[in-house]
Amino acid sequence: MATYPTETGHYGDFGGRFVPETLMPAILELEKAFKEAKEDEGFQEEMRYYLKQYVGRETPLYYAERLSKHLDGPRIYLKREDLNHTGAHKINNTIGQALLTQRMGKKKVVAETGAGQHGVATATVSALLGLECIIFMGKEDVRRQALNVYRMELLGAQVVSVDQGNGTLKDAVNEAMRYWTANVEDTHYIFGTAAGPHPFPQIVRDFQRIIGDETRKQVIEAEGKLPEAVVACVGGGSNAIGMFYPFVDDLDVKMYGVEAGGKGLLSGMHAASLTEGKAGILHGSLSYLLQNEDGQVQEPHSISAGLDYPGVGPEHSYLKDAGRVTYDAITDEEALEAVRMLSRTEGIIPALESAHAVAYCKKLAPVMNKEDVLVVCLSGRGDKDVNTIREAHETGGDLHD
Amino acid sequence: MTKAKLDTAFQTVEKVGEKAFVPYIMAGDGGLENLNESIRFLAESGATAIELGLPFSDPVADGPTIQAAGIRALEAGTTVQAVLDEVAKEKDNRMIPLVIMTYLNPIFAYGVEAFAQSCEAAGISGLILPDLPLEEEGLVVKALKKHNIALIRLVALTSTQERIQALAERSEGFLYAVTVAGTTGERASFVNQIGAHLQALKEISKAPVLAGFGVSTPEHVKELSQYCDGVVVGSKIVDALNRGDKQQVADLIASRKEA
Ligand SMILES: Cc1ncc(COP(=O)(O)O)c(C=O)c1O
Repeated sequence: MATYPTETGHYGDFGGRFVPETLMPAILELEKAFKEAKEDEGFQEEMRYYLKQYVGRETPLYYAERLSKHLDGPRIYLKREDLNHTGAHKINNTIGQALLTQRMGKKKVVAETGAGQHGVATATVSALLGLECIIFMGKEDVRRQALNVYRMELLGAQVVSVDQGNGTLKDAVNEAMRYWTANVEDTHYIFGTAAGPHPFPQIVRDFQRIIGDETRKQVIEAEGKLPEAVVACVGGGSNAIGMFYPFVDDLDVKMYGVEAGGKGLLSGMHAASLTEGKAGILHGSLSYLLQNEDGQVQEPHSISAGLDYPGVGPEHSYLKDAGRVTYDAITDEEALEAVRMLSRTEGIIPALESAHAVAYCKKLAPVMNKEDVLVVCLSGRGDKDVNTIREAHETGGDLHD
Repeated sequence: MTKAKLDTAFQTVEKVGEKAFVPYIMAGDGGLENLNESIRFLAESGATAIELGLPFSDPVADGPTIQAAGIRALEAGTTVQAVLDEVAKEKDNRMIPLVIMTYLNPIFAYGVEAFAQSCEAAGISGLILPDLPLEEEGLVVKALKKHNIALIRLVALTSTQERIQALAERSEGFLYAVTVAGTTGERASFVNQIGAHLQALKEISKAPVLAGFGVSTPEHVKELSQYCDGVVVGSKIVDALNRGDKQQVADLIASRKEA
């Protein structure tokens, strides 16, 4: 397949940089800094150092034997991004962008967060590199991810609760963008997913592709072949694009992106932008978007804060239209069930986001062969979600068979 | 005709040695049925042109006042089509030019070509899109040109010399000089270099230069108008109209005469 994005940040019809003029100079500066860093062996060396010694990479590709048996399907491997420092894939990106911040001579960073994982990962690298850090988080997410709020504060970050809208990720991004606009001269915006204006989708992908690069090598070592399929959950799309990108040209590897089906696609209460949305412009890029007839963005719903976003990264929109990746949705209930399934078969409590990918294995198992290999991106651990899961259980979702 | 109406309005103001005043209102805030009346009131109060906001769910260039107005408008059921229909009703006896300010997505959803066509039919003169930088203009320029709608460009305090030049060369109707680093909303004061910045823009721009974002008092109007061709006032007008304080709006517009 052709390499994307183009020089102007487009992925086919998608992508671009739809931002106020006030931000454009910073966007161009970032693009330049990123290009230079990519070519700079010193920068790459620094990245490798922190990823190994600080983040704890490489992460294992673990053969989930009991899960595979339980589902009576293919050989399922879990790419253990949950074992990264701070408990999710998010830090692969934040460490890279924090180093870029330093390269650009900026000392402050701003970020949005949904589940709080990106906020924690940003606060963490800010502490590590001595950057001043401010995090915007929707009011509803502050409530459902209270522990992560405290974590960020413990790490020295300032957390601002956002009241607008549903008080979720979209609203946090709006406020973070407004803050960045007002403070762009000395502040870098560490965008947390593979969406937003160019060059963010590319930067985030390039920092996250280590997931797929390692997986590719590990699966060949373990199985002597490429997997038949890979699965990842899709919020804005960073863990998924990180996993998919190195396999894009391996046309025999089927790829599945799993969105949040919320209370079901028919209910209208979901966050399945690729499955149910249509092309539109939000937060700086043209991509699939949940919106009404009049171009107003719809409030998404998902039990998982990290997937509760009406947009998605432009490269996913491109891969969908190109027919290279299949996107589908998993409901809140199915995700909760997958949390239990993985916890009890493997002793791994997945993040609610990642549980969407795990749940999809159940759908794929019957249509795959026993000797097939299926890789799941386990993007994060479930510690942050234990309260949400317990609440869901107590208010009706039965965790017991 | 539509675009020319805007040019004529600015020329008329300049000829008599006055400064332009462009108030911003949010269409549908306070009921769409009152929109034409608000437009008439602003025209009678001495506005040069009117910036008509079309509400968008995620207005990242706007501060709290205009965000809240947008939410009120959306909750009242305001749609792009309804606004255009309402405005079209008084197209023929309206002297004052109207400029729409909104974000790209509502237009994209409507269809860019269809939107430009409907704007022309409704007698709209120009369009301001704060989330459309130079780099992405290709999405709309052809349709706007075809239908005689001016694309008003915004320059920022952070714009490089090179970008300022390119924006000034392209801007139609007027060049919108954003006077703060940040979103719309009232401010106490402006950076020291604002005068020099506006004067430099005037030097290179063929179109009139209007200062906007944060302009909220008669003193601001006078201060900024010295350096350029006039001002755009948003949040303060939106707030005053929401409170029903028409006198404050009229006083603010009248302050252009003292500038
Ligand atoms: C563990 C985990 N997985 C996935 C996501 C979704 O983000 P993305 O689609 O960018 O990977 C999040 C976001 O917060 C997360 O915390």
